[in-house]
Amino acid sequence: MTASLRFRAAIVSIALFVAFLGIWHIATRGAAPVASMNPEYAKLMGLTATQGKSAMPGPLDVGAKLWEHLKRPFYDNGPNDKGLGIQLGYSIARVGLGYFLAVIVAIPLGFLIGMSPLINRALDPFIQILKPISPLAWMPLALYTIKDSGLSAIFVIFICSVWPMLLNTAFGVAAVRKEWINVARTLEVGTLRRAFTVILPAAAPTILTGMRISIGIAWLVIVAAEMLVGGTGIGYFVWNEWNNLSITNVIIAILLIGIVGMLLDQILARFTRMVTFPE
Amino acid sequence: MSTFDDPFDADRALSRSGCVCGQHRSAGEHDQAALALRCEPVPTETEQQRYEGVVASAVMRAMFPRDAARRAFLKSVGASTALAAISQFFPIKTATEVFAEAGAPEKKDLKVGFIPITCATPIIMASPLGFYAKQGLNVEVVKTAGWAVVRDKTINKEYDAAHMLAPMPIAISLGLGAQAIPFAVPAIENINGQGITLAMKHKDKRDPKDWKGMKFAIPFDYSMHNYLLRYYLAEHGLDPDTDVQLRSVPPPEMVANLRADNIDGFLAPDNICQRAIYDGVGFMHILSKEIWDGHPCCSFAASREFITGSPNSFAALTRAILDATAYASKAENRKQIAEAIAPANYINAPVTVLEQVLTGTYADGLGGVKTDAKRVDFDPFPWQSFAVWMLTQMKRWGQIKGDVDYKAVAEQVYLATDTRKTMTEMGLAPPASSYKSFAVMGKTFDPAKPEDYLNSFKIRKAS
Repeated sequence: MTASLRFRAAIVSIALFVAFLGIWHIATRGAAPVASMNPEYAKLMGLTATQGKSAMPGPLDVGAKLWEHLKRPFYDNGPNDKGLGIQLGYSIARVGLGYFLAVIVAIPLGFLIGMSPLINRALDPFIQILKPISPLAWMPLALYTIKDSGLSAIFVIFICSVWPMLLNTAFGVAAVRKEWINVARTLEVGTLRRAFTVILPAAAPTILTGMRISIGIAWLVIVAAEMLVGGTGIGYFVWNEWNNLSITNVIIAILLIGIVGMLLDQILARFTRMVTFPE
Repeated sequence: MSTFDDPFDADRALSRSGCVCGQHRSAGEHDQAALALRCEPVPTETEQQRYEGVVASAVMRAMFPRDAARRAFLKSVGASTALAAISQFFPIKTATEVFAEAGAPEKKDLKVGFIPITCATPIIMASPLGFYAKQGLNVEVVKTAGWAVVRDKTINKEYDAAHMLAPMPIAISLGLGAQAIPFAVPAIENINGQGITLAMKHKDKRDPKDWKGMKFAIPFDYSMHNYLLRYYLAEHGLDPDTDVQLRSVPPPEMVANLRADNIDGFLAPDNICQRAIYDGVGFMHILSKEIWDGHPCCSFAASREFITGSPNSFAALTRAILDATAYASKAENRKQIAEAIAPANYINAPVTVLEQVLTGTYADGLGGVKTDAKRVDFDPFPWQSFAVWMLTQMKRWGQIKGDVDYKAVAEQVYLATDTRKTMTEMGLAPPASSYKSFAVMGKTFDPAKPEDYLNSFKIRKAS
């Protein structure tokens, strides 16, 4: 029964995709060629102006271009033109570093907040104010103080991924069932041991949910940050191709950003499943 | 009006305008007419030859400082005999070698930031065409997302030098829109080369008086584009602060915004104008050249700290830029340049678009093909009078409040004296003065009286 459900769902998915491609193709076919244009003049103009070609590329254009990119993902034509594989690599490395730093800061701090009501109350106003700030709003300040655009981008990733992890860790730690802690206390387990053997496993699913939210946000932000900072990364690629008004390449980049984002999310989803326990 | 001439040429014009025989408007036209009569191929001078000539030129100029005397001497013996005669008692070969060896750069690996527009042509092309390598530098030219980012990255020392809008180094040095950090301009990148592009729907609204309520985009607040557009509108009786909306939009977004009908037009750098035409979104209303022929647009800028910290690197960089600018100023090289800077690593634009901008034969967007060889031109000399003019406009539109010492700022930021020295050493012919008068929309600007000029405008921001 489940197999047939999955099968039917796949058919619906494919049908939707084909319909989407079909509509896309028809919508971007373009108008008839513009008649009566001086050939001398036409030679100086683009296809949009001369042949009424739609400014939006069709699925065939995108497919052909995508194939071109996939054939050589790692070329390097100098500092401003690198293959998509290299660009994605830069972005993932940046996200990874900023995210890793956020994990190092957020989880211990979250533990502290969750275990101590005093710290919780004391830090609460700061967290409440800092949390809703758009990560990109930090960019000018980061550029000004850190004085290095690469580090600024990493800082922005750090600052945006730290909050969900911090709050989820604090919440997870505070919500550990009192009975378990009381049992640990009865058995005279030390604070440190209690934190690692009782609280950590109990709060792990909540913590990992926070980490999963964070990686999604970090991946959202990196594209915008790289568009601002430039140089390398998939965000820079989008900006560079926009500069050339090459919508085809922008669509390809959007597609890849989506796929990589999904993969990152799936990896953390798998970790979450590993630490989940039945009560 | 070229800055690049040859002291061995007996026919060189003594004045810096018009041609030798007086029948043509410019030296270029004269040359072309002369060649057409003689049916000779256009002489192509290799870079090598020019370098060999550098020292000989310097000696020649030193021996005959007066143009008229040199001309008489050359006329009587001929250029090659003169050169041979000088070589007899002056070791030109040795001197050339010494000249080439002087001042090894302190730092060889440099980063130079640029914005992908044709104004940056000399900075960009110097990389694929090897002008940096010739000075013993390993320069990485890095494309940057916008003017504010270029400014911040140069201030952060991520870039050693950068492509900036001509007023930006002045604004940075004065601390407008950023912390005050002394910057300097050794060379202007390009002159002319901008345009006012309007959306196709305004095809019949060619009189600026009808533009009330329209929205225009400019690349940056501290840009010649801003000042030229404001000037143009004000001359036609519109107050740019109240009658129209001016928006600061990064150049790449301009065409998309024009297509989406978010703006009615823009005064933007090329290739953006031509790109809007190429895509059938807009048409060329006027070239910026029609507002002020020979206006500067972008500059090559570096911080004072870099200049004092690595003077030889800076000098080598300046020489590479001056050299590239000289190469770009020649019309016959423009097609090659367009191809060199079009790939994704540099400007990332269709070659046809860049060719139209650089060669000056372009589609106007209304069905006509126009030709203007000076649509964009390259002349590196950082006239201090340019800086004074920009300061008057900054004050006119309220960017500078209070008094300003025009001359002191201009002389501190625009390094006319140093560039003149470097150009002379390279065998180029810089102008003798650092100030010149020019006309903007028919109104003459006298760099000696900036305050009077400023007060002569009726439309200005009330201070």
